[in-house]
Amino acid sequence: MEQKNLLLKIKDLTINYNTYDGIVKAVEGLNLSMSNGQTLGLVGETGAGKTTTVKGIMRLLPDPPAKIVRGEIYFDGENLLKKSKKEMRSIRGKQISMIFQDPMTSLNPVMTVGDQIAETIRLHNDISKKQSFEEACTMLEQVGIKGERAGDYPHQLSGGMKQRVVIAMALACNPKLLIADEPTTALDVTIQAQVLEMMKKLIAQYNTSVIMITHDLGIVAETCDYIAIMYAGEIVEYGTKQHIFLNAKHPYTKGLFACIPDITAEDNKLTPIEGLMPDPTNLPKGCKFYPRCPMAGKECENENPANKEIENGHFVKCHFV
Amino acid sequence: MPEKLLEVKNLKKYFKTKQGYLHAVDDVNFAINRGKTLSLVGESGCGKSTIGRVVLRLLEATAGEIYFEGANIRDLDKMQMRKYRKKMQIVFQDPYSSLDSRKSVYESIAEPLVVQKAFTNKKQYAKRVYELMDTSGLAQRFANAYPHELDGGRRQRVGIARALALNPSFIVLDEPVSALDVSIQAQVLNLLQQLQDDLNLTYLFISHDLSVVKHISDMVAVMYLGKIVELANCKSIFQNPVHPYTKALLSAVPIPKINVKLNRIILEGDVPSPINPKPGCRFAGRCRLCSSVCKESDPVLTEVDRGHFVSCFNK
Repeated sequence: MEQKNLLLKIKDLTINYNTYDGIVKAVEGLNLSMSNGQTLGLVGETGAGKTTTVKGIMRLLPDPPAKIVRGEIYFDGENLLKKSKKEMRSIRGKQISMIFQDPMTSLNPVMTVGDQIAETIRLHNDISKKQSFEEACTMLEQVGIKGERAGDYPHQLSGGMKQRVVIAMALACNPKLLIADEPTTALDVTIQAQVLEMMKKLIAQYNTSVIMITHDLGIVAETCDYIAIMYAGEIVEYGTKQHIFLNAKHPYTKGLFACIPDITAEDNKLTPIEGLMPDPTNLPKGCKFYPRCPMAGKECENENPANKEIENGHFVKCHFV
Repeated sequence: MPEKLLEVKNLKKYFKTKQGYLHAVDDVNFAINRGKTLSLVGESGCGKSTIGRVVLRLLEATAGEIYFEGANIRDLDKMQMRKYRKKMQIVFQDPYSSLDSRKSVYESIAEPLVVQKAFTNKKQYAKRVYELMDTSGLAQRFANAYPHELDGGRRQRVGIARALALNPSFIVLDEPVSALDVSIQAQVLNLLQQLQDDLNLTYLFISHDLSVVKHISDMVAVMYLGKIVELANCKSIFQNPVHPYTKALLSAVPIPKINVKLNRIILEGDVPSPINPKPGCRFAGRCRLCSSVCKESDPVLTEVDRGHFVSCFNK
């Protein structure tokens, strides 16, 4: 899939964790690309490899135990896996930045929020302390926090406000790519709505590309243009929002939709996906979803299905499409 | 006339803090009929879990009455209460911290039976434990497993089996599926519904997830800062919400569909502190319809439609 404006291209990325219990194959043969200005939703359950993938992009995986076995990650045409530690440091926060799930633990408790944002700005730009602090205040205003609260410590802010600070910090250097790892999971629904609204506005304003990691298909429907569904370290289905929501083909994607309670439906019966996620140290040989799949046939047991393009830009990894 | 299994009247629970009294639950009234599910919904800190604990007397209420099968259980002493504890159980939110990590699945499920001296010999205990494992969908091969060997969904099934051990009639389900992945969440929700049908259980279902609440409830009580702001049957709450907070809450839920029109009401600001709350409606500071009367006096829960109660001056 050659695309104009290619921002990120991941080829055959494979990441293992070497543990005492064996090798955990967290991500296997993952291919993904995205263009400038896109919002990509990375959806999957716990242990699907979503966070490992993006931490791989950021080169934030602890080695040991994590090991990038093979693959290439091209960002703006350059292979991130070939970069030195120093080069990576100048990319992180400046070109690619990340928002973590839990705002309570991703801020430094002994530093004021203004100083924390200013620190990021100063690291990547040659400006004075005073200037950077002023810019930090402007950033806070952008995310809907009054500038005078820049002198507050994280414990003085509510959960929603802390997440706003984290977002302000991530966007402070105007990155090309923003990775948001479950940015609103820890927040209450009304606060989540506030934060999502604000994020959408800023993303449009800064023209930032975003990878949004989430397990909530509602949030995906609201914020993303493209969606990749992950299961056991692989992308099993990829397409535009329309492809996935209106024409899902992979049995896992269909299963996900069938098991979420829908607030708009009159009366819905939940159809759970039977069984559990496979043990990552002992993945099935063929299709990873085979043991839980209602359509599984002979070939599924032994042969890992290829990624097939069933319509323009809609890829499915299943023998039966 | 359906039987009221649990009825709560003017229930209050205040916690003493350095800054003053924290009004966790403030003058709450509701009743649950036998075999039905009442859901308490609201955001963190609104007092829903506190209610769950207070009605089981895991926390002592500050004031109010709790009637269970017609008896005010707040008047009972410890020994009398023990008899009632058999009939009222709880399943906690986090299956990772609510099980004893040093007890095997078998021991955890047998514990309530042993405490209440349900049987006289080991064989009877074993029979009941395996029976419970079957009911809650746990394979018998896990009997000797320890919690760390199980995934979240199975752990929650252990929690459910434990709660069912003494044949309770009433179970408080405190966010029983919030810590689980969606595919597992659906399995556990279906199990809970099936158990309710089979055993005629009554649930007090505590959750912040409105989609789940809609799926499982007969009645819904929406809470805000220690008060019930709206109480009605499930259908009325979702189709015809009256309280401005309920409306905002419902509109904030992300919908897993595309091409739906969202009429989202974005609430400004955060939930205020429950410590020494100001007089007037608790929601006044964030409400679009707020008028002077809202800031002066407390609205009371009044019936706007048959069985539909709302506490708002502007309904």
